[in-house]
Amino acid sequence: MLKIDNLTAEIGGKQILNGLTLEVPAGEVHAIMGPNGAGKSTLSYVLGGRPGYEVTGGSVTFNGEDLLDMEPHERAAAGLFLGFQYPVEIPGVSNVQFLREALNSQRKQRGEEPLSGGEFLKLAKEKAGLLKLDMDMLKRNVNVGFSGGEKKRAEMVQMGILDPSFAVLDETDSGLDIDALRVVGEGINAIMRKPDKAVLLITHYQRLLEVVKPDKVSILSKGAIVKTGGPELAERLENEGYDAVMAEPA
Amino acid sequence: MSEAATLPTRRDEAWRYAAVDLLRESDLAWRQIDVAAGENARELLLVTDENLEETEVHRLRVTVGEGARFELFGVIAAADYARVEVEVTLGKGAHFEMGGITVGGRDTVREFVSRTTHAEPDGTSNQTVRAVHWGKGTGNFLGQIDVVRHAQKTDAAQDFKGLLLEKGASVNAVPQLEIFADDVKCAHGATVGQLDESARFYMAARGLTPELSRRLLVQAFIGDALVALDDEGAQERLLQAALDKLDKHL
Repeated sequence: MLKIDNLTAEIGGKQILNGLTLEVPAGEVHAIMGPNGAGKSTLSYVLGGRPGYEVTGGSVTFNGEDLLDMEPHERAAAGLFLGFQYPVEIPGVSNVQFLREALNSQRKQRGEEPLSGGEFLKLAKEKAGLLKLDMDMLKRNVNVGFSGGEKKRAEMVQMGILDPSFAVLDETDSGLDIDALRVVGEGINAIMRKPDKAVLLITHYQRLLEVVKPDKVSILSKGAIVKTGGPELAERLENEGYDAVMAEPA
Repeated sequence: MSEAATLPTRRDEAWRYAAVDLLRESDLAWRQIDVAAGENARELLLVTDENLEETEVHRLRVTVGEGARFELFGVIAAADYARVEVEVTLGKGAHFEMGGITVGGRDTVREFVSRTTHAEPDGTSNQTVRAVHWGKGTGNFLGQIDVVRHAQKTDAAQDFKGLLLEKGASVNAVPQLEIFADDVKCAHGATVGQLDESARFYMAARGLTPELSRRLLVQAFIGDALVALDDEGAQERLLQAALDKLDKHL
């Protein structure tokens, strides 16, 4: 579904990704773990197409199409969802308006009919319920005045409403308490654990992986994947640390 | 008196930013409005007709009686040079509310000029102006507030924000406060900025086209000027007039 081949990228002239290769087929949850500064967030921004992140080599194909050739909004319409580590506040724009415009913009790009106000609200209510987020929160401005946990929950409500086929979730677990972590993790399972969908789950910690059980775990270090294994790799990292696990021969 | 002598010049502070050369044919007469004690009056001004002459000047001279309220809400989105000028004299406990929006590109100049005189105690005034410009367009807000010696407990506020969508556009804010009473509150603020790029990427990552995200952000930005307008239909009409201009020319 997503195929990254020998990807190199830089920001401000500094090379961050150094020949990253990774393939995530449909039906898979693939966790990426790695120490600070390994390039985890850069990877997610490059996949999302953030301005300023320059791809200098390699390729990324998404369902057979050249992802890097698409504008950020086209990537979203093609089914890619980027969950932000730090969701952005947008004063003066309500969640309801933002998400309805976003969903209908995606549908229009795909040649589908727009959702009516009533249909949209029904959908939003259902997804907010799934993530235990009060509907009143969705009437407020996008992320404005939300706590760290509320922002992450709202991200997952957005994902539920937009219903992507592939999600790149960048440290969705940061800033969550134990209860919120469970709610968010179960939300990811409910929305994305389907045979025709896949997830790239970027995280620092093992704890989210206890709820969202990954099929594969890869370690990202210095801009490249240095080791890939099953869920047991995450447990070993938690117990032994990055240095010890990465020191072993691949 | 010769005609030339009655025309304003750039030396006159209030006309410094104006395209004075265009004024030759304009009607510079004042329209008088008197709001009787205890009454409420509202003036809505839309300078949005594409077929307007090169120059469009509206001048209002308003007296607001004791305990009365005068509101002026306006959108300037047409004519090469357009100016809405208002002189308000507030009686005891009277209120003046102003919300102004200027939008424009090419080499247009669009401006609000206000002179508010707090002539008696307990008067309040609140002015909010938002300017969105592109091309070589200019938006101005010249706001003078005079508080006479015995107008104690005056509470006056001015808030200006400019949003420049392209390099080459400009805004000017000239707050001018002359306060001769000692127990008053007078606040003013002015900022100039551009669209928040991190918000634009966030919106793109949810599928909004660049045009839609810009429209939403501009809508949120100019919406501030209409918050105090408690007529939803009128609010919608003014907002739409400003946004239509943006859609047509960007």
